[in-house]
Amino acid sequence: MKRAAFFIILALAAPAAAQTPAAPPKIELPYTQFTLPNGLRVILHEDHSVPMVTVNMWYHVGSAREITKRTGFAHLFEHLMFMGSGHVKPGEFDESLEAAGGDNNGSTENDRTNYWINVPANSLELALFLESDRMGYLLDSMTPKTVDLQRDVVKNERRQSVENQPYGEAQVVLGEMLYPEGHPYHWPVIGYMDDLTAASYDDVVAFFKKYYAPSNASLVVGGDLDSAAARKLIEKYFSDVKPGAAPEPMTIPGVALKGVQKKTITDRVQLPRLFLAWLTPRHFEPGDAALDMVADVLAGGKNSRLYKRLVYDMQIAQDVSAFQASQALSSSFQIVATPQPGHTVAELQKVIDEEIQKLQREPPTAHELERSVNQVEASFYNRMERVGGFGGKADQLNAYYTFTGDPDWFNEDVARYRALSVGDVSAAAAQFLPLDKRVELTVEPAKKP
Amino acid sequence: MSKQIPFVVVAAICASIALTAQAPDRSHPPQPGPPAPLHLPAIQKQKLSNGLPVWVVELHKVPVAQINLVVLSGTANDPPGKYGVASLAAAMLEEGAGSRSALEIADAIDYLGADLGTATTSDLSAVRLHVPVARLADALPIMADVALRPTFPKDELDRQRQQRLTSLLQGRDDPPTISAIAFSRILYGKGHRYGTAQMGTAETIKTLTSDDLRAFYTSAFRPENAVLLAVGDITADKAMPLFEKSFGAWKASGAAASEKLPPTDEPPARQVYLVDKPGAPQSQIRIGRIGVPRSTSDYFPIQVLNTVLGGSFTSRLNMNLREVHGYAYGASSAFDMRGAAGPFYAAAGVQTDKTAEALKEFFNELNAILKPVPAEELSRAKNYVALRFPSAFETTGDISRRLEDELVYKLPDDYFAKYVQNIQAVTAADALRVAQKYINPERVAVVVVGDLKTIEPGIRALNLGPIKVMTIDEVFGPKP
Repeated sequence: MKRAAFFIILALAAPAAAQTPAAPPKIELPYTQFTLPNGLRVILHEDHSVPMVTVNMWYHVGSAREITKRTGFAHLFEHLMFMGSGHVKPGEFDESLEAAGGDNNGSTENDRTNYWINVPANSLELALFLESDRMGYLLDSMTPKTVDLQRDVVKNERRQSVENQPYGEAQVVLGEMLYPEGHPYHWPVIGYMDDLTAASYDDVVAFFKKYYAPSNASLVVGGDLDSAAARKLIEKYFSDVKPGAAPEPMTIPGVALKGVQKKTITDRVQLPRLFLAWLTPRHFEPGDAALDMVADVLAGGKNSRLYKRLVYDMQIAQDVSAFQASQALSSSFQIVATPQPGHTVAELQKVIDEEIQKLQREPPTAHELERSVNQVEASFYNRMERVGGFGGKADQLNAYYTFTGDPDWFNEDVARYRALSVGDVSAAAAQFLPLDKRVELTVEPAKKP
Repeated sequence: MSKQIPFVVVAAICASIALTAQAPDRSHPPQPGPPAPLHLPAIQKQKLSNGLPVWVVELHKVPVAQINLVVLSGTANDPPGKYGVASLAAAMLEEGAGSRSALEIADAIDYLGADLGTATTSDLSAVRLHVPVARLADALPIMADVALRPTFPKDELDRQRQQRLTSLLQGRDDPPTISAIAFSRILYGKGHRYGTAQMGTAETIKTLTSDDLRAFYTSAFRPENAVLLAVGDITADKAMPLFEKSFGAWKASGAAASEKLPPTDEPPARQVYLVDKPGAPQSQIRIGRIGVPRSTSDYFPIQVLNTVLGGSFTSRLNMNLREVHGYAYGASSAFDMRGAAGPFYAAAGVQTDKTAEALKEFFNELNAILKPVPAEELSRAKNYVALRFPSAFETTGDISRRLEDELVYKLPDDYFAKYVQNIQAVTAADALRVAQKYINPERVAVVVVGDLKTIEPGIRALNLGPIKVMTIDEVFGPKP
């Protein structure tokens, strides 16, 4: 190891001393940042533990920017980014990276699209060439045929992840029930089949010009690199990428559920499944971290309240989970449970509602909250082990930059959890999980023909 | 604290500054510089007073540690009639140990911010702990209870049993699971352990008792059949006394046992198996035959060959089925290597109305791979496998898995050091030889799980071989 690339200073209280507040652990992840004349924000992070580097690009656009009748387009567009560009022949993007020992991928969510390339450190320049070429010259090689081909691939991705996936339609229906028509989260990221069919070459040109300008993106380059040398290479390869106009800011539509919205759908499954969902505060807003803890107290681990009652003691459920799905425009809180054969979703819902109400009335014990917060703290270390790929350090720096403006928001983030009292947890459950304003979706096994 | 909104900042900048830098030369992709040397972490091999080997790798990067107790017995050691006992015994370790109940174990581990889990493969059973180093001394005694003093309580067993039966029931919903279970049974039959899922069948799961679990545990979990692996922000000097305290007094009881796998038969002539999944929008295809054990001397040529065929994004199967025809989201192939010869297979989920066309393309590729691989394609595959090798040593979890491989498959001490040169030494002749030896498209099983009434006529018209239609009950046994 050339030098310690970063370190984490941590002072966790021993369990016996759990009542004394622990000194805040400081997570240090050194980085430098600069902005190119064309508006591209760049963040560099050195970690010399293995001779690999990662190039991680986030475009600040996701399915929330789509328009009616063109749902799924941000994701279809993501697929087109791997098909070659002005100076990269079709197929050459992946071929040249594999020949260098590299891997790459991308993903689309409601609020952003990300791309990463992991390569041996000596091929950093190749990765920057490819990443900059598709940012600058994607349309030079785009054809209607390319769009047609990836349309077929994406339709098969939809079949695989939604239609042929047990309970796969439920998340699509939940979005439609939580958000009214026209709300940017009403439709699924993967889109609807008819809209995928309708997507055209002209849509590709318009979307690229509107959302793929360097000023609407941020680049993190991390790993076994020298920051000064990497900066020179980045300036070299991104300098000819032309600036573009910034897209209009997103408005954040107000949204609320007025009562209980109930629905039952069928699927080719053996067992029914219950989905309860609420609209909750946006990520990093007051209530967001507390709801993470509500989720953990309810369904994280064997001693969580719902797991212990439904799965462990009563043995009427095969599984139960709860989570706060935090997003930029609105979040949702979900509880999902599958009954054991011979039991019903109604039995599960009765117990779930009892436990929600109990948590709304009485705060969790100090031990319950500490157990959950300790796990959150530990997860921050675990997230420091890998540099590249989805969820690696580069991806995390880019996520914090994109959503808070500060790449190094780790300590602020963990502090949100440490600051919580047991009363905050029950208050969040009371305020954000009303039993009379939520979505109740049941998936029932389809009858045999 | 003021957090700036990104697009406002950058918009202002791009409006005010003109481009000045010189455009790069984009006429050729840049060539790589000299490769950086890979410094493999040293494995410090030591022993506790009871003879239990301990392998320590220091990785002073993040203050965490990965501690795995690995036992060299897995589901391949399940006695006939007791399929699933290894997997259930491992799962039950956490359900009561020493004086602790299942809930107490989970509470203590969660409170420490640690992860404790058990795992079983064909060839090993393991208790794996990932923990902040500051909590290592607190977590080890719990891990030791779980690994050394399980109590196999009957009520916990009944609960686990029901969970597994329900999981098996839910497996009927999932086409990839159905195709994998059907494929293994077709290749290996009922009498070979590889022919049945790791967790066993509903029939065996129902009959396993606490005594069965204890018997398996006693024969497998023994210091002379185990190794403790420790990777992370620790030093051997400081960690060994902790390991000695938790694991040094462990003694075996009863007798060791080992189940021998029966030999496998020559693969039969090509046959097609169709499993009906009415209404399915995709057909799940799996094509293959019995491959090689992990000990094969052809390991490196097979890695390269499989990368060309279906082991990377630009591999032939993925390019053909996804990027040329758009029939699938992805297609791949694999040699699943274990203690004995595991399966080779090529697989994809393809859209229902293109099932026969997709099968035809699978066979085009399985036949084409029997011809010499062009030099550039071979070189790309070798580089893909060799040059990214350093990333296999990035995290404590990564390194512990490499150690498990070395341990379980008795790899030589210089195995990782020579890995890259062994891959680079594979020639076109080697790749051709192993393709012709192990991939015989005339003697494969073809499993397709899909909407029978739509796909059957097209598949029959391909004349691939005799066709057997199977029900899901034939794959899983009668519904529990």
